[in-house]
Amino acid sequence: MANAQHSGEHWASRLGVILAVAGSAVGLGNFLRFPGNAAQNGGGAFMLPYFISLLILGIPLCWAEWTMGRYGGRRGFNSSPGIFTAIWPHRAAKYFGAVALAIPLLIYMYYVQIEAWCLGYAWHYLSGYMTDVAALREQLGLDPQQVKDDAQVFREFFSRYVGSKEHGAVFAAGGRELLWMVMVAFVLNFVLIYRGVSKGIESFCKVAMPLMVVCALCVLVRVLTLDPPPGKPEQTVLAGLGFMWNPQPEKLLDPGTWLAASGQIFFSLSVGFGIIINYASYLRRDDDVALSGLTASSMNEFFEVCLGGLITIPAAFVFFGMALKDYAGSTFNLGFLALPNVFAQMPAGWLFGFLWFFMLFLAAITSSLSMLQPVIAFLEEGFGLRRHASATILGLITALGCGYVLYFSGGTKALDQFDFWSGTMLIFILAMFQTFLYGWIFGIQRGEQELHQGAHIRVPRIVQWNLKYIAPVYLLVIFLGIVWQQGPQYAKQIWNDPVVFGSVLFMLAVFVFLLVMVHIAGRRWERQGRIQYQ
Amino acid sequence: MTLTLSGWLIMLVSMGTVLALVGFSLYKVLTLPPVEVEEHLKAPPDIDTGDTEDAD
Repeated sequence: MANAQHSGEHWASRLGVILAVAGSAVGLGNFLRFPGNAAQNGGGAFMLPYFISLLILGIPLCWAEWTMGRYGGRRGFNSSPGIFTAIWPHRAAKYFGAVALAIPLLIYMYYVQIEAWCLGYAWHYLSGYMTDVAALREQLGLDPQQVKDDAQVFREFFSRYVGSKEHGAVFAAGGRELLWMVMVAFVLNFVLIYRGVSKGIESFCKVAMPLMVVCALCVLVRVLTLDPPPGKPEQTVLAGLGFMWNPQPEKLLDPGTWLAASGQIFFSLSVGFGIIINYASYLRRDDDVALSGLTASSMNEFFEVCLGGLITIPAAFVFFGMALKDYAGSTFNLGFLALPNVFAQMPAGWLFGFLWFFMLFLAAITSSLSMLQPVIAFLEEGFGLRRHASATILGLITALGCGYVLYFSGGTKALDQFDFWSGTMLIFILAMFQTFLYGWIFGIQRGEQELHQGAHIRVPRIVQWNLKYIAPVYLLVIFLGIVWQQGPQYAKQIWNDPVVFGSVLFMLAVFVFLLVMVHIAGRRWERQGRIQYQ
Repeated sequence: MTLTLSGWLIMLVSMGTVLALVGFSLYKVLTLPPVEVEEHLKAPPDIDTGDTEDAD
């Protein structure tokens, strides 16, 4: 395997790369998906399978990705097709890299819209629009006699804002605000990515991550000091904490609880997204990966367990009481329907609503940035493009995909399909390939040696054995569980719904396009002598 | 409904574990010498003894 030709980009500081990886992992899932998942799957009992999954799956997989990424970077590659070939000099290896490019690219196409929802909500809170329910009802043209319930007003606002009533609604006159928000988020992402790894991503994460902690702590203090609503003395914060944390041990016998906990860890840490491997490739030869990987993972856990576990459910419980069960099952319901009701009731709700949605916007943008970088790196090293050319091409591709998801917004169908196929199924496939690559091709002995190069902590050997034998089986079991649980429902939709069919076709077209690009880039690397197959 | 004793215990143990882990990791990261200093410590000392100047 030949060396040379490196992008020359590196992280400027140790803390910078940790914050960037943690920023990539921390997203809406930490604050909305985790508490809902825990409350629905045994409360405190959920934490047992959760921590077991963190130890067996989450942290070890992160270490494997950090290790392989730095190894590939040292051999002159920053993109997954190149890194996979550096580890496994076989013609097939680079095509698995196409999966690692497709995942962040496809997820970005819908994630930037969720980012825009957060930005839009933050803006409306700052302007005071969201906390005046009577004015909001009037603005939406709802009859106060018919729509008495505040929750219904927020439901109506959300469905109009995201255009979930019919396809093309966000392009129609009067409903275009989301378009502007998407554009702002889009431009911000590309400006930051254009500035590069150190000046763009790292600099932004160094500001955004501490700011997120500050915003979350402000909201947390407010939530923990909430009084029960008049006439409902039982709906206290303490009862809300009970709703979230009181254990239901019998739920541990339900395989669904274990599936939900493992899935939560897996999605939360951003393993199998093709992102950590790309970020780690910008490390220098002797930069630590063991401690950095552990720190980034534990930071993610801090946001999830310590902040997400204390804010969302207790706040929503104070307003809804036991009726919260109807909201807890969905990330969007909890974040965009339940919480606005709470902010509308509390003093200075506009401020806390703004802080909350602004924090979600920051969490989303640090994640979406990390989805662009792997593809930018591939375009640059695969075709020798400069930053402006690669950013332009990527901008066009993502705008096309984003436009598709935005247009087919009815019932958020396109978004849901993109989320299931790319944000669930593909990441399991990639994670299984990566564990195979690390455990069986790269080898756990070489892996252990590579992991400890420049390391500031010693990782127990059992982690290597786990990565070779236990983690792949664990992953396969969860994957089969999800296929068994959700597969038939999604597969049936493909044939019954033209929008679903079109969405799957669109994703397939993007994947085939990436496969062709990877093939061309591979031929180019061969000609340049950068890769030699065995 | 209220937060039961077992609920309190699980909540505090979960948060304590995460806080201990993040605290340990951050303490280690923030007390390490800066990367430039570390590289200097790892690299061979750059001392020009002058003994190769007239080697030929």
